[in-house]
Amino acid sequence: MARKLTVEQLIPVNGNDQPIIQASNLTREVETGGERLTILQDINLQVSAGESIAVVGASGSGKSTLLGLLAGLDVPTRGTVFLDGEDIFKLDEDERASLRGRLLGFMFQSFQLLPSLTALENVMLPLELSGADNARDVAHNWLARVGLEKRVRHYPRQLSGGEQQRVAIARAFVTHPKMLFADEPTGNLDATTGAQIIDLMFQINREQGTTLVLVTHDKSLSARCSRVIELVAGRAVD
Amino acid sequence: MNMIRLSLRMLLRDWRAGELYILTLALVIAVSSVATVSFFSDRVQKALVLESNQLLGGDLLITSDNPVPPSYAEHANQIGLRTTHLAKFPSMVSFGDNSLLTSIKAVAPGYPLRGELKLTNPPTEENVAQSVRIAQGIPKPGTVWVGEKVIDALKVTLGDKVEVGAAELTVVSIVESEPDHSVGFVSMNPRLLMNEKDLAATRLIQPGSRISYQLLVAGEEPQVKEFRYWIKDRLSPGERVVSIQEARPEIRSALDRAGKFLNLAALASVVVAAAAIALAIRRFIQRHLDGCAVMRCLGATESDLLRLYSYYFIVLGLVASLSGCVLAVLTQEFLSYWLEELIGVTLPLPSSLPAIQGMLTGMVLLLGFALPPLLNLRQVPALRVIRRDLELVNMHSLAGYGFGVGILSILFIWKAGSFKLGIMIMLGFLLAVIFFGLFGWLLIRLFLLTRSPGSGPWSYGLANIRRRAIPSLVQATALGLGLMALLTLTLTRNDLLQDWQARLPENAPNRFLVNVQPDQQEKLMVFFDGYAIPRPKVFPMVRGRLLKINDRAVSLEDYPDPRAKQLINREFNLSWTDTLQADNEIVAGHWWREEAVSSEHELSMEEGFAETLGLKLGDRLSFYTGGGSFSATITSLRTVDWDTFHVNFFAVVRPGLLDNYPASYITSFYLPPDKIHIMQELTRIFPNFLVIDVASVIERVQSMIGQVTHAIEFVFLFTLLAGFAVMYAAIASTQDERIYEAAIFRTLGAKKQQLARAWAVEFAVLGALAGSFAAAGASVLGYLIGKYALHITYSPSPWIGVIGILVSVIGVTAFGLIGTRVTLSQPPLQVLRK
Repeated sequence: MARKLTVEQLIPVNGNDQPIIQASNLTREVETGGERLTILQDINLQVSAGESIAVVGASGSGKSTLLGLLAGLDVPTRGTVFLDGEDIFKLDEDERASLRGRLLGFMFQSFQLLPSLTALENVMLPLELSGADNARDVAHNWLARVGLEKRVRHYPRQLSGGEQQRVAIARAFVTHPKMLFADEPTGNLDATTGAQIIDLMFQINREQGTTLVLVTHDKSLSARCSRVIELVAGRAVD
Repeated sequence: MNMIRLSLRMLLRDWRAGELYILTLALVIAVSSVATVSFFSDRVQKALVLESNQLLGGDLLITSDNPVPPSYAEHANQIGLRTTHLAKFPSMVSFGDNSLLTSIKAVAPGYPLRGELKLTNPPTEENVAQSVRIAQGIPKPGTVWVGEKVIDALKVTLGDKVEVGAAELTVVSIVESEPDHSVGFVSMNPRLLMNEKDLAATRLIQPGSRISYQLLVAGEEPQVKEFRYWIKDRLSPGERVVSIQEARPEIRSALDRAGKFLNLAALASVVVAAAAIALAIRRFIQRHLDGCAVMRCLGATESDLLRLYSYYFIVLGLVASLSGCVLAVLTQEFLSYWLEELIGVTLPLPSSLPAIQGMLTGMVLLLGFALPPLLNLRQVPALRVIRRDLELVNMHSLAGYGFGVGILSILFIWKAGSFKLGIMIMLGFLLAVIFFGLFGWLLIRLFLLTRSPGSGPWSYGLANIRRRAIPSLVQATALGLGLMALLTLTLTRNDLLQDWQARLPENAPNRFLVNVQPDQQEKLMVFFDGYAIPRPKVFPMVRGRLLKINDRAVSLEDYPDPRAKQLINREFNLSWTDTLQADNEIVAGHWWREEAVSSEHELSMEEGFAETLGLKLGDRLSFYTGGGSFSATITSLRTVDWDTFHVNFFAVVRPGLLDNYPASYITSFYLPPDKIHIMQELTRIFPNFLVIDVASVIERVQSMIGQVTHAIEFVFLFTLLAGFAVMYAAIASTQDERIYEAAIFRTLGAKKQQLARAWAVEFAVLGALAGSFAAAGASVLGYLIGKYALHITYSPSPWIGVIGILVSVIGVTAFGLIGTRVTLSQPPLQVLRK
């Protein structure tokens, strides 16, 4: 039975601190068939270090778009995002990539493990990209930590969904990111496995003191976060 | 970040995961077919040169009016070449009351350096038939070997002593053939071979004697080249270097054409392989989009990705090209062994150039076709990790392959050894791509319009093509290109072989008769009739010396080129005819025009000859002949196919101009082997005739053509293999999509057979598209290459369309269904869960 502990119970949020994530007037519009469609409108958000935020909403409400913008994977039509004090849309795409490598970890609904790499190599990848020397040992430790020490040489296709998401957790935390962005991390898993994954994610998150931004449909999952932001048709509702 | 190390790791991981098999296979086939073709044709061409060098008796010949300076042979020996020398001169040989003008050759040990000297064993009591053996060494001092004609004319038997000048020498053997007896058309029968040590005793070497001294040189190709270079500037007046190319233009022509065709075949495999590589890269990129998006998400910059994949492809290219080269070395060794067994010729070792060419081809192909999509790949949006529908911009752009095509053009010009041929082939393929693309696009649009209702395999198959419009177009174009290369090769190969056979039929003229007098013409024809030999065409010939060009006296000093000097120095053979011979082609100016009959006399000159002497259209030449002098203006330049062995002239004038000058006649005819005996009768009736026997030259050329034919068959096999790689890559390029589609269809209740049928229709239609493209393209390209590059008559084949389409439909369908068999056997859930 996983312990029901939330981050905010363990790490007190220092309200005076500079927010680690700060989004202002974040708007994203797209052209579809000659029409302008607003996916996100004037989102303002501040997240303090160590805080955990759940972004919830119906399908198509703009959750993933918000996550993509906050993580600098996409650029907004208007608005700014500061990550750790850095205005990320003043950076070019390469500078944003470096910033992601330095500060961010990711987890996805479809795991996004590289099929040609083993579990170990998938976890090593962010370390290798950042030029770390002892990538193999560090990755090995992380896999042991998520309970996959016996599956290090397996390819993603040889692992169950739960196991693949554990590899993704290890890959997300292996660089000790300040922020973790998770897009529906339990969306492809059954309820029991999903719960185990979430326990593991929160446990490591707590140990690492990582700021968590989580997109989910799962009410029980959002309940474990310190704050919930609900999106309705691209707008945040309180 | 150590990108090289990471690239290597990624490469190893991708390799282990089976991601690179198709690309590597395409690359290895490309490199190995190009390198095998190059290795093999290198060896065959070297063998052909060696083979033809037998006609020279060595690899190089230095001829001189005076004894060849010993320093030449010393230098040749120093750099590892073998040498021997000889002296040739005409002289009377007597036995009793009989005497005969004989061509005498005084040889030194080592002769001949290339080829074999064959002797006839006279019939004995035990062995009634004559037999031929290969001579070991040269005649011993005091002895001579003579031709059959000497035996007949002087009525000597073996053991008799004949008088050669002041010396008495014993006839010990009968010469059947010498390798070099036909060089330069100057050899006269009958002939006698003696040891050079007896030369002094004959006292025939006197000031003013017509003696030709020769130094023969043979050895490895680089040393021969070095020697040729060394001696070039050291030759004194009267000395010249001859290689087989200069000695026998018809052999050079056969060699050139064979070389061109083999290069063409290698180029065809490059095109086919390029198509396979382009397809394989396309699949690679599609499969690596997600990985790149993840890496972008994990912090990799665009330049990181570019560096990562550049190292990746460079290493992959090097390893695959090296493997291709190793495979090529092994394959060509096997092929050479096989060919050696087949034709009984030892092929010389290849040079290392084909390996370098192979490596370069592999790298150029891979980087040329991988770099443009790679430049795209690094721009993959990181957001794709969340939104899978985000594709690469410009993914399907054909313009991205412009770089590859540009690089390929350079490779083509290099491999073809000719700017014109390289550009022609490249433009041909480029136009084909544009045409295939446009036409294919129109056809697919047509499919879109004729959306057929129903649920049969036809309707599903066509729907598949509609849905995958771009990949289908790419597949059909790549397959069409590959097949076009194969069909072009098939067409030109057949034409080339037919052309050779037509030029050198079984009954190609093998004897020339020179010095036929006007009043002997009719008598000669009657003689031929008597032996049922078809009457040959007789050509008039007037000998004349070139005195002036454009009223300026000709001076030897004006011509630094020794060959030009030699041509100026000797008498021209001028002939006349009213119609252009079939093996001649006007390349500049015009043939005799009716309205042009004027005070100015016209002259048609052979192009190469005119070039050597620096003559051009409109130049006025003045000649002196026995009966006076005349002038004529060059009104046309002709090319002559020397390999037909027909009588041809460098300079021809309009009939009538030379009527008042003393003419003799020349003719050539085919003498069947069973009628060889009539030559004795002929020379008896017409003692003034000069008979030139070119049977052995023809035999050599025919045997060379045989060898090249075998080589071409092998080379063709490799292009075919590359063709299979294209098919495989084409099928694999839509494999992932097909796996997914099959899973959905099967979940919805489709049977394996239903899917297989729909796919069979799809593949058959693709095959038909590719086949029609290829047949149309090959007909045009075949015509152009035949006409402008190989100078052969192109015979369009009405069957090429039918065969092209049929082969393509059957091949693509069979390959497609075999390739997708695995797809159908995967459980749908496994696929969908991915």
